[in-house]
Amino acid sequence: MKALFSYLIFPGFLFSACVGLLACWVDRKVTARLQWRVGPPWYQNFLDIVKLFGKETILPEGAKLTFLLSPCLGLLSVALVATILGVGILSPAHSFMGDLIVVMYLLIIPAASLIIGAFSSRNPFASIGASREMKLILGYELPFILAVIAVIIKAKCAIKLGTIITCQMALGSYIASFSGALAFLAVIFCMQAKLGAVPFDLAESEQELMGGALIEYSGFPLAIFKLTKALMLYVMPLFLIVLFLGKDLSPLFLVAKYTGILVIIILIKNTNPRLRIDQALRFFWGPMTIIATLAVILALLGL
Amino acid sequence: MLLWPLSWLYWGYDMDLKTRALTKSLWAFHAATSPCNNCDIEVLDLFTPRHDVERFGITLVGSVRHADVLVVTGVPNYKTGERLKKLYGQAAKPCFVVAVGGCACGRILFQDSYNSPCPVDEIVPVDVYIPGCPPKPEAMIAGIMKLIKKVEGK
Repeated sequence: MKALFSYLIFPGFLFSACVGLLACWVDRKVTARLQWRVGPPWYQNFLDIVKLFGKETILPEGAKLTFLLSPCLGLLSVALVATILGVGILSPAHSFMGDLIVVMYLLIIPAASLIIGAFSSRNPFASIGASREMKLILGYELPFILAVIAVIIKAKCAIKLGTIITCQMALGSYIASFSGALAFLAVIFCMQAKLGAVPFDLAESEQELMGGALIEYSGFPLAIFKLTKALMLYVMPLFLIVLFLGKDLSPLFLVAKYTGILVIIILIKNTNPRLRIDQALRFFWGPMTIIATLAVILALLGL
Repeated sequence: MLLWPLSWLYWGYDMDLKTRALTKSLWAFHAATSPCNNCDIEVLDLFTPRHDVERFGITLVGSVRHADVLVVTGVPNYKTGERLKKLYGQAAKPCFVVAVGGCACGRILFQDSYNSPCPVDEIVPVDVYIPGCPPKPEAMIAGIMKLIKKVEGK
């Protein structure tokens, strides 16, 4: 009963959806202000979701059942990540062994669900978007996992979020060390790609692919995809805070750190044009992997 | 403005949540049926700082499946008319159609042309006509407001 509550309501689905949708609004508003516009009101993203739930859902000809199931799969897994992270922050003693690895796996599922949904919609544009997303996953997962390994080494080989947090509470945030700072730099860009934000939004590029992977989606499944995106915008910065900025996790500091990372995301988004897929891959397998490897080596040396 | 969601508690009776949300978040798909591109430039003007329509929740979307409003410009000819019909069939309902510019409203000087069989409203049901060659962005905002009033049923 308590587990269900924490999954559906407080650190889990409902809470993180609200925070994520508000964060999406902050993103839109700041973007608008940077372009000297006024921007939408704060409840805009909630309205979009409500509207999409009320619209007709179109099943394209020949679409499989996975067309409707895959968005739900993505949403469920991100909500689970939000629950695990939330419980880990609220009471570090309650986290279970190996939850870091579970979170890493669950964070790939939204991208995988996008790919499955796009392929089962049988649209050529969608399959181009899906193949780009697949290549992008191959690109960013390598530096992302290397950076997390650096953190694991710093935490004396603990693969438990609670231990990582308590270690940082005792010894200070990992971002303050050389290896932590380098790993954080690599992870920031990986997060941008995981969120599908602008320099790496090749899978959903509106101009060239007309919505890309989401082209055939309408109504209810599209709303689920938008919700998943909002949840990712809540979960990914939170995961970074747990890994790198875990010194003081009192509510005020938590909100301040979250806002700081959100600002970094929005700044990168608004100052960069979209990359081609080969440029994105070269970026992740070149500089980012080198930086993450350096971080691992420095962590092994104890810096 | 800030407490607008609370107004549902008072006015939620005469209009359902779905319609109210729809009027506040219209996503537009731009269907150019062989225009001279003058109206298209004016439509894009709506998203610039001077006439920022994202204030009302209106955004341009890439796919017609996501759209609530089909913004049609130009005179449909034999080829684009067929495509327009297809596009309207692909949109998720409720989907409204706005005819922008004199051509889309009534084919002005192309009505005797050999390759324009019919105006837009004989192909798809048009909800709002915005005449002008090209219409000013202010006129388009007025047209959108009329569309919202129509959806609300006033």
